[in-house]
Amino acid sequence: MPLPADHDPKFAAYAHPERLVTTQWLEDHLADDGLVVLECNEDVLLYHTGHIPGARKLDWHIDLNDEVTRDYIDAEGFAAMCAARGIGRGTTVVIYGDNFNWWAAYALWVFSLFGHPDVRLLDGGRAAWVAEGRDTTTDEPAVAPADYPVVARDDAAIRAFKEDVLAHIGQGPLVDVRSPGEFTGELLHMPDYPQEGVQRGGHVPTASSVPWKRAANEDGTFKTADELRAIYEGEIGLASGDDVVTYCRIGERSSHTWFVLTHLLGFEHVRNYDGSWVEWGNAVRVPIEKP
Amino acid sequence: MGAALPPGLQAIVDEFAECDRTERLDLLLEYANGLPDLPERLAGQELERVHECQTPLFVQAEVDADGPVRLFFAAPDEAPTSKGFAGIIHAGLDGCTVDEVLATPSEFALGMGLAEVVSPLRMRSTGAILARIKRQLVERAPDAAS
Repeated sequence: MPLPADHDPKFAAYAHPERLVTTQWLEDHLADDGLVVLECNEDVLLYHTGHIPGARKLDWHIDLNDEVTRDYIDAEGFAAMCAARGIGRGTTVVIYGDNFNWWAAYALWVFSLFGHPDVRLLDGGRAAWVAEGRDTTTDEPAVAPADYPVVARDDAAIRAFKEDVLAHIGQGPLVDVRSPGEFTGELLHMPDYPQEGVQRGGHVPTASSVPWKRAANEDGTFKTADELRAIYEGEIGLASGDDVVTYCRIGERSSHTWFVLTHLLGFEHVRNYDGSWVEWGNAVRVPIEKP
Repeated sequence: MGAALPPGLQAIVDEFAECDRTERLDLLLEYANGLPDLPERLAGQELERVHECQTPLFVQAEVDADGPVRLFFAAPDEAPTSKGFAGIIHAGLDGCTVDEVLATPSEFALGMGLAEVVSPLRMRSTGAILARIKRQLVERAPDAAS
């Protein structure tokens, strides 16, 4: 049985308010049966310095990616990863993380590839919980493994590959969520981030630039539905029936925007191109637009 | 592997290699917590940023004539992985001679078994930190670079 939704008034205007919880809701429900909380960070050690009591660690790099093939884990791997964390198919999973929930949103998107029914984000992520002075602990929870069925990953609905993006140019909207300097091609990587070996700068032809951060408040929470609509529908003219593709550098920031469009604004056909610029900017004979 | 590591750093590499996965993360956190704060004279100064680390880390390497190398790091508490790498390098190389530091192979961390718990991508930072230390030392002690 899924846990009740968080009826916070801010969430009510979102298309799928049941996909978000507030820090207060989470604190109130921490002891509930049927809930598993996952922390998914950029910094792999941060969990060990203190986390929400009972939260289990999920590392995007080690736990969600195949060790050899550049792809996500398969159905057996996903089932094993969930089972080890005490997650069953009916479990309500709440994910939070550092850095504006980038990797938490990415993890939620990967859970969605496997169709996990009830997976939610903590609005504001780790920063909000810590800033509010809520309890943290360094104790790692004793986890009783659960049974998780082997469910095939379905990439078709919410994941775009390079070939899909090529075919999408001129056919539907593309949203580039990187920083303005990356969009123009001035920068090959995020400001202040490592150069990760991309050979060409610029963006996918026809893409609109809406940096991911525009969807977030400074405290890491999401902007209101009206504010989000003004940006994505008002400024770049997206409509909820559009077939939209989002991308960034390696797919984490665009998971954040994918979450916004899909769950907060209710767009029904949004795909995240996780190959993103690290693939596109290195691929042979794909078109690039500059500036 | 190329040249032998300075004994202090070798001991740390061995210490990690002998741990299991969980212990390795705990140990890395211990090194993060053990990283000394910046001395007052450097606080507030602009140190060189290690851009290869995904979370902020700043490093300064100093050396007096014939004196040992002194290493200083700054990293926020929200970046424990970078702090841990810095802590390892500080514990292993602070007080070594310039020649010892310059002779330390940049892939020194390969034998620690950290890649499997931290991910190979993130391990690149250790080599990047060392490379910046070496470059600063070469700039500050040109004679030693011959």
